[in-house]
Amino acid sequence: MEFSELIKTATVESVLLAGTGLPAVRGTLCITSHHLLLSSCPGGDGQPGTVELWLLIRNVDAVEKRVQNLGWYQPPRTNGSPRDTRLAGSSGTITLRCKDLKVLQLEIPGMEECLNIASSIEALSSVDSVMMMYPFFYRPQDLRLEEGWHLFPLEQYFQKIAAQTNQWRLSDLNRDFTTCPTYPAGVIVPAAVSDDTLRRAARFRQGGRFPVLSYYHPRNGTVMLRSSQPLTGPNRKRCPEDEVLLGTVLDEGERGFIIDTRSAQAAKQARMTGGGTEPKSSYPQWKRLHRPLERGRPLQESFIKLVEACNDASLSMDRWLSRLESCRWLSHVKAALSTACLAAQCLDREEASVLVHGAEGTDTTLLVTALAQVILDPGCRTMVGFQGLLEREWIEAGHPFHLRCARSAYSHARLKQEAPLFLLFLDCVWQLSRQFPFSLEFGESLLLALFDNAYASDYGTFLCNNEKERCLCKVKENTHSLWAWLNQPEEKKKYLNPLYSHNPLVIWPSVEPQSIQLWQGLFFRWIRPSQYLEEARAEMQRLVEAKEAPAKESAGSRLSRSLSDPAARTENER
Amino acid sequence: MEHIRMPKVENVRLLDRVSSRKAALGTLYLTATHVIFVENASETRKETWVLHSQISSIEKQATTATGCPLLIRCKNFQVIQLIIPQERDCHDVYISLIRLARPVKYEELYCFSFNPKLDKEEREQGWKFVDLNEEYNRMGIPNDYWQISDVNRDYGVCDSYPTEVYVPKSATAHIIVGSSKFRSRRRFPALSYYCKDNNASICRSSQPLSGFSARCLEDEQMLQAIRKANPGSDFLYVVDTRPKLNAMANRAAGKGYENEDNYSNIKFQFIGIENIHVMRNSLQKMLEVCELKSPSMSDFLWGLENSGWLKHIKAIMDAGIFIAKAVAEEGVSVLVHCSDGWDRTAQVCSVASLLLDPYYRTMKGFMVLIEKDWISFGHKFNHRYGNLDGDPKEISPVIDQFIECVWQLMEQFPCAFEFNERFLIHIQHHIYSCQFGNFLCNSQKERRELKIQERTYSLWAHLWKNRADYLNPLYRSNHSQTQRTLYPQMTPCNFLYKFWSGMYNRFEKGLHPRQSVTDYLMAVKEETQQLEEELEVLGERLANLQKMQLNGNKIQSKQQDRGKQLGLSASTNSLANTPQEYGSDLKSFPSRSPSQGDEDSALILTQDNLKSSDPDLSANSDQESGVEDLSCRSPSGGGCLPSEDSGKDSDEAVCLAV
Repeated sequence: MEFSELIKTATVESVLLAGTGLPAVRGTLCITSHHLLLSSCPGGDGQPGTVELWLLIRNVDAVEKRVQNLGWYQPPRTNGSPRDTRLAGSSGTITLRCKDLKVLQLEIPGMEECLNIASSIEALSSVDSVMMMYPFFYRPQDLRLEEGWHLFPLEQYFQKIAAQTNQWRLSDLNRDFTTCPTYPAGVIVPAAVSDDTLRRAARFRQGGRFPVLSYYHPRNGTVMLRSSQPLTGPNRKRCPEDEVLLGTVLDEGERGFIIDTRSAQAAKQARMTGGGTEPKSSYPQWKRLHRPLERGRPLQESFIKLVEACNDASLSMDRWLSRLESCRWLSHVKAALSTACLAAQCLDREEASVLVHGAEGTDTTLLVTALAQVILDPGCRTMVGFQGLLEREWIEAGHPFHLRCARSAYSHARLKQEAPLFLLFLDCVWQLSRQFPFSLEFGESLLLALFDNAYASDYGTFLCNNEKERCLCKVKENTHSLWAWLNQPEEKKKYLNPLYSHNPLVIWPSVEPQSIQLWQGLFFRWIRPSQYLEEARAEMQRLVEAKEAPAKESAGSRLSRSLSDPAARTENER
Repeated sequence: MEHIRMPKVENVRLLDRVSSRKAALGTLYLTATHVIFVENASETRKETWVLHSQISSIEKQATTATGCPLLIRCKNFQVIQLIIPQERDCHDVYISLIRLARPVKYEELYCFSFNPKLDKEEREQGWKFVDLNEEYNRMGIPNDYWQISDVNRDYGVCDSYPTEVYVPKSATAHIIVGSSKFRSRRRFPALSYYCKDNNASICRSSQPLSGFSARCLEDEQMLQAIRKANPGSDFLYVVDTRPKLNAMANRAAGKGYENEDNYSNIKFQFIGIENIHVMRNSLQKMLEVCELKSPSMSDFLWGLENSGWLKHIKAIMDAGIFIAKAVAEEGVSVLVHCSDGWDRTAQVCSVASLLLDPYYRTMKGFMVLIEKDWISFGHKFNHRYGNLDGDPKEISPVIDQFIECVWQLMEQFPCAFEFNERFLIHIQHHIYSCQFGNFLCNSQKERRELKIQERTYSLWAHLWKNRADYLNPLYRSNHSQTQRTLYPQMTPCNFLYKFWSGMYNRFEKGLHPRQSVTDYLMAVKEETQQLEEELEVLGERLANLQKMQLNGNKIQSKQQDRGKQLGLSASTNSLANTPQEYGSDLKSFPSRSPSQGDEDSALILTQDNLKSSDPDLSANSDQESGVEDLSCRSPSGGGCLPSEDSGKDSDEAVCLAV
């Protein structure tokens, strides 16, 4: 397939671009294989144009077109066909609803051009082949291809655990992705359990996702494991290897918790389709807790409804809150946070190990394990640590980004596998950052950038559904890593929280409804006036920097530079 | 004291509102001014103080096996749940509190016994701190168009107005008196705010007694005089802040609203703000939502919506925005009224002034604003806030709504206000506390008769003395947000109005952000200042040093001091806290329950350190404090904690901190 076949009209002059909160501009619209560009010539035709819009077409979620015939009342001219008259006076409006929730309007002179542009954008934005996506073409000058891809090797994470205990080992039984197609090549498993046992246990778990270590809690040596549901089925099948695997995790007399992210009812029903849950009789040391979390279509619909409500300018104050309630998004946030806190509480307070799973073990499971780590582990709250967490617990752990983030909240396409679990995770992290404003090294801007990049990106980091697919597509060889870009010093600065200071404690959030807020920075990013909030942020930055400036520059160097007295100089070397 | 039947009850349990399983055992004391609960726990002896004047309702519930529950709801939104072992004791406490919470004479109020140990001169200085004549001068008045009138000098025209009122120069005494006879409670149009830049003004009054057809020449002349005092504009807005239906109903009672045909060049406008009864019920409903035990997200949002509270807040804001725009953008003067012109009118005029004039967004200016639009114009503090026992139908959270409007603005314009949220909360607290004389009575006339200024102290001086606690670190007098009219966004803006948990769940500390950005930034700011000052000192010393070859011992000690201070503010970050109940069925299984012993009820019920006069300036000793934190984070601090697993990690350390 050639991109050019999809582009029916490549350039249109005199297109009017409008977006919420921005002044409208007129310019020339261009469609390339991956981008939509609009450049204006404020200084007249001879001047070089200013680029007003540079939109990744993959970012377009929905295209709506409307054509109007401006020549409605024009009497037909004598020597021209009626068709010409109509076309000359017609124009069209294209509304682009983007995955990052931005809405743009293009007013295009000429109905035919308008329809062509619209269908070109539609065709280009729905190209589904990974290898055709922009990251495979994007070649920024200041980054190297291999940079950022191996920043967080599992080996390194394992070494930290190995330094404290020899109960765990790093297994490469999945190096060719045959045992579990959605796991990475390496997994951390109990040292006492052989690869052979693991292979058998994998056959007892949906998609081969046998229990593996997700987090080691250094304070008391308890662990958080994750897996998919056991395939007990209607006949209550058992698997001795799976029981051994889980049994090994606990010492004699120790208890563990299984947090099932489905309701007890749903877990029971899953038996009819071959799934199920761990029966008490086969896993006597484990106590099961059911914490139903929404996933799949209901979650996606909740997201869609919320975005709809946020964009509804006609809502009155007395209907806004019930609209917000009926979206149920905040209920999902509350439920996810509560469940993650429960897992964290089991580890830190009950000193009991935890296994988390739902059905497939690729969605709500990862939501809970990743969130619990942000709560428990100060290391995950740093810029680098958080990236490592995402890499380990979302990307390598096989959250199917390609399927889940194919469409965002505006798409009219029939829902298939889309669900905003990753967004829900980011929202929960935002709630944490609001309740603990000094404890996360990164700020809201990083969470927003991650949301944007998960749905449409220049980088390969969120491509594909799992490591196996990434290997097949050679993502790590042929695309740039998002982390490489984010971690450039100039770029990184934008994402840091100026108020950060290391907090070694567990951060226990409040999950009362009064404490959970709508994430305005995301859902109203393109709607609300952010100028005053930006100014506040700048002011904070200024205050913090002002403190650092005299501390570093003035008090230290300025003094020592001028000091000649040796006695006084020693005072300065604090 | 004769009302106290039971000065002391032992073995009383104070329940935690969030988790009923947690309760503190202690002793309950009733004094002439306070209810005090002292915990038995020997390390903390935590105290909870509640002023009698803060009590809004006391509820005695059915006796259970454990004792007799007593529920005390406070006007500052604290809810205290006690269980008293003996039914008889409970009854005595109940009867005593019923009486103590409803004083019948002003002399019973706390401000007449409160003595902050200031001498007479300091007291007088305190009362002079806010001076309204100075304020009108600041606005540029008197001038060619406006003058001070002494027509009300002995409250002869209107007993709920101040003696000094500002009116158009062309309005003669005859016109004023005539107009006053045509207005409810004789509250004639008077100046509230004047905009120097374009001569536009905000005036206020009560409704006209127009009935279905009555007219009054003097009243028409009065409005004309107001319009003409703004030569740049050829008409005058008359804003009736009531819903149209209410205003029309008033016509049947011989009251009503201005007929555009009778007044020359006015534009009449209704802005539907509901009356005090609707507002009282709305608050009641919202507080019920706040009191729900472990509500779901839906319970909360539905309840909040059904209370209508945020809708009412938005209505007040919209009215204020309308007026501010008329004055600033159109340059048109506005006359505002409702029915009596002392509730909605006060709200709307003060919101508009706040939007228009940066001065009112400073700490001093805000005090002046309340003094001007609320206290001097006869907002009925005593009736609305139930200081003395009276008609419960008169009670309504009118100024609470205004204070919330200010908070909503602060959320939208974080750099625009010199003061912080705590300032608002403390003002709200003291409107009900009756600890200072400012908000006593219903009018200036009553206050003068009571000789309030000779017998009580002024809150404004007290707040000013402690102003460091109330500063917004993001405020800078040369910042763009502090210099111009604020224009809040109108549409779509529903989401901008948020539930204020800092006020209505003020005592549920566990619900609030665990780290305070305001306090942290204030500390940073202070540190910076100190560093700069020190730098200067050091620079000077250096010069001396080089000259005189002194040794650096002094510098060293100075620097160590600084190190300590740095440590203090850094520790605000590592705020300790504990988990809530995330998993209710956890406790059934393991032997150690997460909420057994090691959690701190202190997180939820702050002690009211009322011996000092600030409601929660004991903030210095609660969880957000750097000082206490530091001590409990010391390695040895963990050793004496009740729970066994907290040696290294000081999550639970809060129970020490409070």
